[in-house]
Amino acid sequence: MRVEQPFAENGRPIPRRTPTSAPYFDAAREGKLRLQECPRDGFFFYPRSRCPNCLSDDWSWKDVSGRAEIYSYTIDRIGLDPAQRPRVPYVVAIVELEEGPRLTTNIVDCEAGAVFVGMPVHATFEDLGRETLIHFKPSA
Amino acid sequence: MGKRSAALVGFTEWAPQRKWDQPMFSMEACAKLAAEALSDAGIDKGEVDGLVIGGLQESPLFPPLALAEYLQIQANFGEVVDIGGASSAGMIWRAAAAIEIGLCETVLVLVHSTPAPVEAGGDAAKMIMPPYLMGDAWGSPQGQFDIPYGLVAAAPSFAMVAQRYMSQYGVAPETLAKIAVDERNSALKNPKAVFKDKPITIDDVLASPMVSDPVHLLEMVMPCFGGGAVVLTSAERAKKAKHRPVFLTGYGERISHKTVSYMDDLTVTPAKPSADKAFGMAGIDRSAIDFCSFYDCFTITVLMTLEDAGFVKKGQGGAFVEEHDLSFSGDFPINTHGGQLGMGQGGAAGGLSHVIDALTQIQGRAEDRQLAKADAAYVTGVGGLMASNVGLVMEGA
Repeated sequence: MRVEQPFAENGRPIPRRTPTSAPYFDAAREGKLRLQECPRDGFFFYPRSRCPNCLSDDWSWKDVSGRAEIYSYTIDRIGLDPAQRPRVPYVVAIVELEEGPRLTTNIVDCEAGAVFVGMPVHATFEDLGRETLIHFKPSA
Repeated sequence: MGKRSAALVGFTEWAPQRKWDQPMFSMEACAKLAAEALSDAGIDKGEVDGLVIGGLQESPLFPPLALAEYLQIQANFGEVVDIGGASSAGMIWRAAAAIEIGLCETVLVLVHSTPAPVEAGGDAAKMIMPPYLMGDAWGSPQGQFDIPYGLVAAAPSFAMVAQRYMSQYGVAPETLAKIAVDERNSALKNPKAVFKDKPITIDDVLASPMVSDPVHLLEMVMPCFGGGAVVLTSAERAKKAKHRPVFLTGYGERISHKTVSYMDDLTVTPAKPSADKAFGMAGIDRSAIDFCSFYDCFTITVLMTLEDAGFVKKGQGGAFVEEHDLSFSGDFPINTHGGQLGMGQGGAAGGLSHVIDALTQIQGRAEDRQLAKADAAYVTGVGGLMASNVGLVMEGA
């Protein structure tokens, strides 16, 4: 089966931006978390051509706080994706942003075992060459 | 009184296997499944006028057409169903609905996950399901927002569901492990189960490697090759079938997302709306169900289905599992075939194993694991990452 996912120099899978998602990845490159906001329904994630609630296209990009709380998490112990095996054990988490939307990320800069549901975290950025990933780390 | 115009009358099921020694092309697998299931039902191929199938590896475009041609069937209805692991259960109600509205009389549901032959010098099939769930094509949200963070395959998704559930309701790891143990006790009586010779204890489950916290290896299905088929026909035709007809008296389906990143509430599965729809249609209460066959890709799936399908109050699934024996000989049998956890997941056919579990019991063909009373069953299918749910109420004629 053909794999279309692009990979960084270090072998990690990286996102392939689209015309719609490009501003999100441009912002990540600048160390910012930027989301689309619908004038009626508020922020949404992931980037879409239209607001997923009202299907209108009059949204605009806006920088958000980067503050979030861990909604749930797991620790990948075996490298379910062979391309991630050098990182194990690492934390995969869904975080809920202060502004509402949830996104999937990694929790970095802390022991995997120290992570808990409800932990306050904030965005941090990892440059993987072609693209920058948005991770979260514990807030002091 | 629920629907009684379409019945499941026969089936075939291939024992799931880690290695498959009879490689076949998809259409060859479908032909074998069709021949076996029709023979079991006592129905001639000439009577088949509907085909509901999964994909065909060697003919990915217009699969029902290619298969109608291969099997020389003149079908009034042909469909490919792809709602993940819920596909098999979804195929069953679509077949029944086609019969109910009078579109066709007899429908074959064919599901296979078997490797194709390998040319001399070629690579044998190494993996049944690529870890990216085909979400890596350009433009797919998964390739941009899930895969780079390691949210691949199924384990981390169901692990996050379990983690959130456990943090909210305080269920113990031992309780989830008991689900795998009870199912294994049933698998020991199923000659087709991949783990038929291997009893396990709660300690064994908890001592098995942690794959993706809090999910241990023995709480996940073993991916296998496999296949299965079911024949459905009209109530009238079913009277002359070989075995006891089993009516699909109610059904429901719910689809809301693909990956858990965008699941509204990780502690509430789509099992609720599909069960409410299915039981409403069947016109019976949960208490009228003799046994259940719940899609069990992970132990947490069974626990949450118990609650969300309405058999146990929300948050009390853990206590229920601790207090009841879920094996075939217990007081609340779930997955008397051993579930996919005990039987092995025969690829896409893993979902059909639950339909066949119910059919086998209601037709009185479960041999060593036959229930004393098996007239009504509730069957579920779960697809995607806790993302689609199909519920089927099956009742014997």
